[in-house]
Amino acid sequence: MSGLIALFKRDLSVAFQQRSELMQPILFFVLVVSLFPLGVGPESAILQKMGPGVIWVAAILSSLLGMERLFKDDFQDGSLEQIILSGMSLPAVALIKVLVHWLTSIFPLILLSPLWALFLYLSEPMYWALVWTLLLGTPILSLIGAIAVGLTVGLNKGGVLLALLLLPMFIPVLIFATAAVESASLDLAYNGQLAIIGAMFLFSLALAPFAIAYALRVSQT
Amino acid sequence: MWKWLHPYAKTERAYQLCQRLLPWFTLSGLVLIVVGAIWALAFSPADYQQGDSYRIFHIHVPSAILSKSLYMGMASAAFVGLVWQIKTSFMSMVAFAPVGAAITFISLITGAAWGKPMWGTWWEWDARMTSQLVLLFLFLGVMALYKAFDDKEQGSKAAAVMAIVGIINLPIIHYSVEWWNTLHQGATLLKLEKPSMPVEMLLPFLVSLFGWSFCCVSIVLLRIQNEIISRELKRPWVIALANQQVKNSS
Repeated sequence: MSGLIALFKRDLSVAFQQRSELMQPILFFVLVVSLFPLGVGPESAILQKMGPGVIWVAAILSSLLGMERLFKDDFQDGSLEQIILSGMSLPAVALIKVLVHWLTSIFPLILLSPLWALFLYLSEPMYWALVWTLLLGTPILSLIGAIAVGLTVGLNKGGVLLALLLLPMFIPVLIFATAAVESASLDLAYNGQLAIIGAMFLFSLALAPFAIAYALRVSQT
Repeated sequence: MWKWLHPYAKTERAYQLCQRLLPWFTLSGLVLIVVGAIWALAFSPADYQQGDSYRIFHIHVPSAILSKSLYMGMASAAFVGLVWQIKTSFMSMVAFAPVGAAITFISLITGAAWGKPMWGTWWEWDARMTSQLVLLFLFLGVMALYKAFDDKEQGSKAAAVMAIVGIINLPIIHYSVEWWNTLHQGATLLKLEKPSMPVEMLLPFLVSLFGWSFCCVSIVLLRIQNEIISRELKRPWVIALANQQVKNSS
């Protein structure tokens, strides 16, 4: 347990030392979101209709962008191998890594979400629905994404391959999240959609760490 | 029962099994496809609503059914390979993927060609079509992941993990897409009321379904042989086989 806590602290401090990389997903997100009003025109009705979808697609893309770094440095300097040999439970290690990744590259997006709501003219119920779906849904992206990242960590050609592997897997989260915000925009209850996203989150939380651990073992040989 | 299955973990025995099964599947598949096509095109009656254009059904539906079966086949091979560490199982998983991708693509193309005269549109964001498109992406993902590795062994293990993650996700994707579509627009165009099929239409359909299935099996068998040969190139039995071939042809 103390090993896991030490790992958590180490990963957090490493992430905060690379501030420029920490900023990249956020900047990418801001740019993608601000391109849409330029692309489709500034009418508030259209932007409000598209807003949740745009924010979610941008969140998925920027989480993909940050995901590549999840195991890369540790793999290259050999510390991943040491962690595997250390006897710590590898699924727990994977879970810690995913948690740190989520805290450093996705959580800031949620903290800044009032800004996106302002950009895309979201109403207040829509905004709260958006925050809830982001809080419950983005960990799923990190958990499932980490499986593919673990498999491709030994390759030097992540990028597009990662997108091809992961984007189809993210479709259910996208659908239910945007459906929840849409219900909120009509002043309807959206607990149902949230419950499904929550179920998907728990399901991936239960299974993904083992798949990530196996993926890392495959990459290590 | 398992004793009977075990020898096929060895590549040589698996190759010979493919060799023995191959002519049967190829022959029966081709005969059934030809019979089914002639029957469906020339002899079975035209649909009273859709006219002659319904006949593409005899390609479209078998390919749509087979695309899912092939994904199941690929994922089961991946599962067997990962659990029991059987090399030939990984090889057959690799053999399934391109065939499945091609069949999925065929079902999309024939669906579009059928959709144009019937619904007046090449593409509709309908639940079934969308989940078929996602299935194609999943096949392509497995193939791309396998190809990205230099080490075939490692690549097939990675692709197997992805195939299994895909099969867990597939029903979730399918139902979420269905839900999404009904939420947004409700089935208007696409409520294709299925007239319970008369026997004259059903029989040629069954013939072509089996024809397509057998042909897919024979292509998969060929690809398994190919995969075995290309990975075991330096084994004595492969060299002996190649020498035999050269002697026969000269």
